[in-house]
Amino acid sequence: MTTKFRMALRKPLEETTWQEIELGGLLREPGSARAYRVGDWRSQHPVWTKSRCIRCGVCWTVCPEPAIIEEPGGYFDMDPDYCKGCGTCARECVTGCITMVPEEE
Amino acid sequence: MAKKTAAAKRVGMEVSIAVSYAVQLARAEAIAAYPITPQTHIVEHLSSLVANGELDAEFVNVESEHSAISTCIGMSAAGARTYTATSSQGLALMNEILYIVSAMRFPIVMTVANRALSAPLSIWNDHSDIMGARDIGWIQVFVENGQEAFDHSVMAFKIAENHEVLLPIIVNLDGFILSHVVEALEMVDQATVDKFLPPYVPLHRLDPRNPVTMGAFALPEIYTEVKMNHQVTLTKSYDHILKVWDEWGKLTGRQYHPVERYRTEDAKILLLIMGSLAEVAEIAVDEMRDQGLPVGLLKLRMWRPFPFKDLRDAVNGAELLIVCDRALSLGGVGGPVMSEVRSALYPMAQKPATLGYIIGLGGRDVNPGNIKDIVARAQQEASQGPQEEFHLYGVRG
Repeated sequence: MTTKFRMALRKPLEETTWQEIELGGLLREPGSARAYRVGDWRSQHPVWTKSRCIRCGVCWTVCPEPAIIEEPGGYFDMDPDYCKGCGTCARECVTGCITMVPEEE
Repeated sequence: MAKKTAAAKRVGMEVSIAVSYAVQLARAEAIAAYPITPQTHIVEHLSSLVANGELDAEFVNVESEHSAISTCIGMSAAGARTYTATSSQGLALMNEILYIVSAMRFPIVMTVANRALSAPLSIWNDHSDIMGARDIGWIQVFVENGQEAFDHSVMAFKIAENHEVLLPIIVNLDGFILSHVVEALEMVDQATVDKFLPPYVPLHRLDPRNPVTMGAFALPEIYTEVKMNHQVTLTKSYDHILKVWDEWGKLTGRQYHPVERYRTEDAKILLLIMGSLAEVAEIAVDEMRDQGLPVGLLKLRMWRPFPFKDLRDAVNGAELLIVCDRALSLGGVGGPVMSEVRSALYPMAQKPATLGYIIGLGGRDVNPGNIKDIVARAQQEASQGPQEEFHLYGVRG
C-alpha cells in the first residue's frame, strides 16, 4: 500500500525543486501523508498473545495512527509502516494480551 | 499631474470613508473585520454599505482580529474577493495567521491604519504595529495622503489577484493623521474601476468537485523549497506592481513609484520618510531649499518587496542620508527602516553616510521646524562622525 501511494506523488520530496512547488503548498493528490512512514520512529512494538486475545477490537479502536490491522479470524496485528510504538494498545488492552517489545538493533 | 479623466470628480471626504468607497468600487465580495481605533470608520462604513444593499458582499462580524483574518482565509479560499482592515493591537492579534495568508497565497487586501502598540496604551499614530509584522510575506505599501489611500486601495486588488502574484497586500495609512482627516479627493467612477479591475478569478479554491488539500504539513525535506518559492514570488511581484501603478497612472494622471522623489535634483542631503509625515518634510525641504541648502526628500512607498535598485538609484550622488523612522527596534539598531536602508546601500562603492532619527512615536507631533532641526543636527553629526547608533528625536531628559 505504501509503495502505491509513494508512486501517486509527482516526485520524491527530496528531489522536488522550489520551482515545482504547487501554489501555496497545495496538494492535489489525496492521502499523500501515507508516503511518510512514521513506523521508522518506533523503538518498541506491540506483540499479541493470541491465546489471551478475546478479539474485542479495543486495540484497533484506540490506536491513534491507526496502525492496527484486523487479520482474517478477527485477531489483530500492527502495521509496521505506521506503528510508532506508542504503547496505547498495550495499555488499553482488556485482557493484557499485548506486550511492548523493544526493537532489535 | 497629467491629464485627468472626464469621470474624475473632486469631493471632500474623510479618508476612512474614501477607503471604504474604494473597496466598494473594487466590488469586494467578502469582508470580515473587527473594529479598532483608528480603523473603525472604514469597516463601519463598509458594514453600512453592505447592510443598505449598496455593496453585494458577505460582511462577517467576528469577535476578534484573529477570527477576522481567519475568516478572511476561509472566504478567500472559497474564491471570494476578500478585504479586511485593522490597526495596532488588532494587527498584533492577527500575527500568527498573517504568515499563513501569504504562504497559502490568498490575495486578501488589508488596510492598516498605523497606530502605536501598548504599553503604555496609545491610540495615536506611529509605525510600530506594521514593523512588528515586517516579515509576514505580504506585499506592503505606504501612502502619504487621502488620495493615495484611495488609489492604492483600488490598485491593491489588481496587484494581489494577478495569477503571477496571488499574494496578500497591506496598504498602510497613518492612523488619525490620514484616517480621520477630511481631504479633497478625486474619486474614480464605477465604470472606470470595472474596466480597470476585472472580477477575481481564483487559480485554486475550495471546490467539492475538485478537492485539494490546503495548508498541509511540510517535512524538513520540502519546507525550504516552499519558502524559496514564496520569496521569489514576492520579489518578482515588483514588476506586476509597477505595471498596475503605470496603468492607474495613465487612467488617472496619478503616477506612483517605489521610491518617490521630492526636490532631489543635485541634493547632497536626503531625507527618507514613509507615510504622511513626508508632506510635513516637503514643507521643510522647500524652506531649506529657499535658504540654499541642497536637500531633497525620498518617500519609501514600496516596503515589501523592498525596492533595492530604486533606492540605490535615488541616493546616488548624495553625501548624507537621514532616515526618519516611526518605530523603535528596542535594544537593536534603532529604526527598522534605517537598518534596512543602510543594509541595502552597504554594497554601493559610493554611498551616503546614513543616520537614523526616530520621530513621531505614539502620535508625538512633528512639524517642519523639527525636520529642519534634524537636518542641522545630522549635518553636524556627519561632520564629527556619528556619536550614537540612532537618535530618539525630541526625547526629554
